[in-house]
Amino acid sequence: MTQPVALTINGRRREDHVEPRLLLVHYLREVAGLTGTHIACDTSQCGACTVLIDGEAVKSCSVFAVQAAGREVTTIEGLAADGILHPVQQAFWNEHGLQCGFCTPGFIMAAAYLLKQNPSPTDDEIVRGLEGNLCRCTGYENIKKAVRSASEAMSGKADGVSGELVGSAAVPVEG
Amino acid sequence: MFPAAFDYTAPGALDEVLSLLSQHGDDAKVLAGGQSLIPLLKLRFAAPVILVDIGRVDGLEGIRRENGHVRIGARTRHRDVESATELRGTLDVLLDAAPLISDPLIRNMGTVGGSICHADPAGDWGAVMLAVGAEFVVKSASGERVLPAAGFFEGPFTTGLRSDEVMTEIRIPVGSGRSGGTYLKLERKVGDFASVATAVHVVLGGDGRIAAAGIGLCAVGAHSIKATAAEAALVGQAPSDELIAEAARLAGDAAEPKADIRGSAEYKRDVARVFVQRGLHTAINRAQGATA
Amino acid sequence: MAVTSMIGARIQRREDPKLITGHGNFIDDVSLVNMAHMSVVRSPHAHARIRSIDTSRALASKGVVAVLTAADFKGVILGPLPVTNSFVADKKQVPEQFPIAAEEAVYAGEPVAVVIADDRYLADDAAQLVSVDYEPLPAVMDLEKAMEPGSPLVKSDRPDNIGWDAAFPAGDIDAAFAEADFVLKERIGQQRVFPTAMETRGCVADYVPYDNRCTLWTSTQVPHFIRLFVGGALGVPESQFRVVSHDVGGGFGAKLRPYPEEYLATAASKITERPVKWIEDRTESLQATTHGRGQIFDVEVAAKRDGTLLGLKFTQLLDIGAYHGVFSAFQVVACLLGGGCYEWKAINARSIGIFTNRMSTDPYRGAGRPEATHLVERVVDLVAREIGMDPAEVRRKNFITAFPHTNNFGLVYDSGEYEKSLDRAMANIDYPALRKRQEELRAQGRYTGIGFSTYVEICGLGPSSATAPAAGIALVESSMVRVHPAGSVTVSVGTHAHGQSHETTFAQIVADTLGVPYDSVEIRHGDTGDTPFGYGTYGSRSLAVGGMAIMASCHKVVEKAKKLAAHAFEASEEDIVVDHGRYFVRGNPGEAKALAELAFASYGAGLPEGMEHGLEAVSYFDPPNFVWPFGCHICAVEVDPETGAVSIDRYVAVDDCGNVINPMVVDGQLHGGIAQGISQALFEEVQYDDATGQMLTGTMLDYLIPTMAEMPHFELDRTVTPSPTNELGVKGIGEAGTIASSIAVINAITDALAPFGIKHVEMPARPDRLWSMIKEARA
Repeated sequence: MTQPVALTINGRRREDHVEPRLLLVHYLREVAGLTGTHIACDTSQCGACTVLIDGEAVKSCSVFAVQAAGREVTTIEGLAADGILHPVQQAFWNEHGLQCGFCTPGFIMAAAYLLKQNPSPTDDEIVRGLEGNLCRCTGYENIKKAVRSASEAMSGKADGVSGELVGSAAVPVEG
Repeated sequence: MFPAAFDYTAPGALDEVLSLLSQHGDDAKVLAGGQSLIPLLKLRFAAPVILVDIGRVDGLEGIRRENGHVRIGARTRHRDVESATELRGTLDVLLDAAPLISDPLIRNMGTVGGSICHADPAGDWGAVMLAVGAEFVVKSASGERVLPAAGFFEGPFTTGLRSDEVMTEIRIPVGSGRSGGTYLKLERKVGDFASVATAVHVVLGGDGRIAAAGIGLCAVGAHSIKATAAEAALVGQAPSDELIAEAARLAGDAAEPKADIRGSAEYKRDVARVFVQRGLHTAINRAQGATA
Repeated sequence: MAVTSMIGARIQRREDPKLITGHGNFIDDVSLVNMAHMSVVRSPHAHARIRSIDTSRALASKGVVAVLTAADFKGVILGPLPVTNSFVADKKQVPEQFPIAAEEAVYAGEPVAVVIADDRYLADDAAQLVSVDYEPLPAVMDLEKAMEPGSPLVKSDRPDNIGWDAAFPAGDIDAAFAEADFVLKERIGQQRVFPTAMETRGCVADYVPYDNRCTLWTSTQVPHFIRLFVGGALGVPESQFRVVSHDVGGGFGAKLRPYPEEYLATAASKITERPVKWIEDRTESLQATTHGRGQIFDVEVAAKRDGTLLGLKFTQLLDIGAYHGVFSAFQVVACLLGGGCYEWKAINARSIGIFTNRMSTDPYRGAGRPEATHLVERVVDLVAREIGMDPAEVRRKNFITAFPHTNNFGLVYDSGEYEKSLDRAMANIDYPALRKRQEELRAQGRYTGIGFSTYVEICGLGPSSATAPAAGIALVESSMVRVHPAGSVTVSVGTHAHGQSHETTFAQIVADTLGVPYDSVEIRHGDTGDTPFGYGTYGSRSLAVGGMAIMASCHKVVEKAKKLAAHAFEASEEDIVVDHGRYFVRGNPGEAKALAELAFASYGAGLPEGMEHGLEAVSYFDPPNFVWPFGCHICAVEVDPETGAVSIDRYVAVDDCGNVINPMVVDGQLHGGIAQGISQALFEEVQYDDATGQMLTGTMLDYLIPTMAEMPHFELDRTVTPSPTNELGVKGIGEAGTIASSIAVINAITDALAPFGIKHVEMPARPDRLWSMIKEARA
């Protein structure tokens, strides 16, 4: 029943025997132990399961693990390098681009892919680039802001940090 | 949601695919991008015995212009059509339709041929292919057939493709006249299947009259519909608001919508009319602005 | 309240690092050794008798551990699901619900059997093989028909389909109507919607055989509530039952009750002697996680030609579903808030709760207040249209202006400044220019509209004096603050965040109140094993009630620290000054002790006579009143008359939630809240086939959650009117956006369609619905 599958995940090669019906998202979560990739809709509307295959963003709930054989998969766990957050991760943090955080890994992967394709997207291009991801907490306002801010940070147009750091000094009460 | 168990094979050569298909017949299902098939498997609406993955077969991808045709490999992904800007001015309707298919992540996996063969009545490519008069090259162990798009779509998820055949290429004739087209889609939200969509493609002759017209309707019937009466009304005529309105009316009449959660039959028919009208204006404007 | 360094600051969230790197710990991330997986077999029928269930093929399927039906659970689950008591009704019927159907299934999606298997693919395989012999029975779907005598019954052992019938009269309604120049009537719907947390429900139950101990990991807003009821039904005392809820991927009201599957998984763990995991898929979620709204209001309003509002009569028909939700009756609060932020001579409301063969409704973000706002704001626009007055002016004319204000039903609005938020919103959107533009576009055959929503809402649930009589429970909140010997602080709370940023905002409060570094404060929640009993997070209560419980414990700690300081300085306690966590003798600030030093001393030798060791406190906070956020939202739309498609051009909001702990978090709550109201106005609707009771929107292909492309830019602003009822001066902001926004959109659409003579538009304002209305109006 099972078939061998060899692929690279976040730069590490692994080989397993899996059933052909095993979805890539289940393979990542339950075989490879990478639980940052989430499942939310089951029918490929929400994008919570977004990962990169050979650098391209796809929905891992609609791909079989066997289809990814021989390819390079990048998950949310593989985005930060050497303890440094990817600019998109940093921007989601700075701009309050997440609340419950469940859709967030998928959004960050889709946004990182978008900015790789198009480093300086217009607002409209951001919207079109992230059409495949759903968020129920943020109303998308701060996600848009985060992607803009990441784009600026990556292109060196801004220092990339628009919020105060944790534990920073006094900011007066509003009003 | 978890698919039922199946056997899986991913041959490296088309011959192997064809021999597997002739061996397994209806028990086999071809897996291309999987973006329609895999959700169905997860919902257990489909349960093939064996999946034949054509993802590792060479030569099924790419867009090229050859001998008066644009040839699109069946496994070419939606996103590859989306970025084929060289088609602008020749096949506007393809370029307009591609970015309206589902979402960018799905378009990175989903394929043109897979979508056509899946033949969802609300699938976008069917209406587009009808509008541009495409032909589909299909192969089996016993040979090759070329099937015109017109007549290919027989019903919901049903086509002229036999279970031992696989689509390898889409051929779209491109003539010498000035052409323009567009795809308009009413969706309840971005990424949704169409409530109604219309594909329009026109070619203007040297005299400014309409030399050829193609109109495809999406999601308003049991399969993608070619609005032949509307097309016929346009051909040979000089473009005018009245002509466009009349063609749009005929296109609306060609729709055979059913009421569902996306709206009443009456509503869908009227939106088809409105979109064909808007689409023809755009298409003709584009053609008039184009150089032959 | 002092203006200090952390309260009011825009602090980045400490929740985020793990969430943005894929290291969150959501329910499906919990995995135990030897864990089995549960798949639930659900009724495909809205109503059917279960003749028999054949589990033999499923039992023989690969990897199956057990197949269990109601009969197997009867001796293990000892009680029904809870329903909170609620308000005194003229008539009341509370049928008991067992977590799994035995003889009669009464909604599509009701559990009828469960399969326990070694992995989830195998559990799903076997679930397909469970064969249930159903005898379909008539499905009761229509609210009004369900009320008729002789209607088929939702469940055959009930006398009728009425869950409650309650009257709420306030003032002399006949006199108010007698004074009127005109009376208008309308029917205003609130379609059923699905809360749609991005994370579905799920749980992992680990019952330890022979020890009667259990741990239940679950995705919930109310861990203590789950422990109380699931533990109770399983016969495990609270001391031996631990409920753990780590990261929760959204709730919106749909995770604030114990659910059948939590009982079934726990019982299955007990029966199979293995840990059991169940993760809901999205179709199950749409069928079997509580829905919101599902109401119809029949309204009559009496007013004068000068725009004075006089009297309001309305009846709320509420679709309970097949069984009461745990808090279903809370939604009756719509009756008590139906007057909105306006003066009325009299209001006469009635609520009828009706059973249907659908999933239960329960609170969904706003719960009763969006309905009230939608109702009253629609009514005000109807009045404005009738007399040709600007809708802003009708509002202005009738605003409540003096506070505290006792409304028609005796509820006391704490503070407000309604005209100020209206003025500010009108200025922000440049209302006169927008109206002028509307006129110009109308001349070109384009249909734009402007919609107002001036709202007030009740939150901060709630004072026990009100909630105990109304709901049978005292919705107080708890905290435990413990200062460790080296000075770091652990704060354990009974609330439980699922996106609300409590770990950040509560720490801001503690840092200021104790005068300790923000980074030294750890907030713990969600694990009944190390938090004091609390009622959980919903009803925009966590700050106004839970935050105040934290304040109370901090004050106790400070009091003890003062005693320790007095002892250390050999001074009198009265002479100790506390300034930003520094304790010194009045007049001698140079010689001060930090809280950490006093904490260290508190665990050491030589304490004051009679003082216990340690520096910690436990508090429960019972608020003196609810809190009452308010504001004004204005939406501008355009409708395509040929397709009925709506686009939102502008969305301006001015909200007032009192003092703000973290403006970034407040804005975020508003963004999400507004989005959900817009989404109800335009997209969402749980649809069932009226004849068969089958769900038509069983996947997210059919049930519409908007993407980024459908959401406008939100132009936010705020006024700050502190609540006088709590020391922080805070109100609540979790639900305000949703409460305000649906009607701003609908009023804008109605305004856009005014040239067609259209006066009222129902939700969701789908293109096909608007197209039909326009077509009919043109005919």
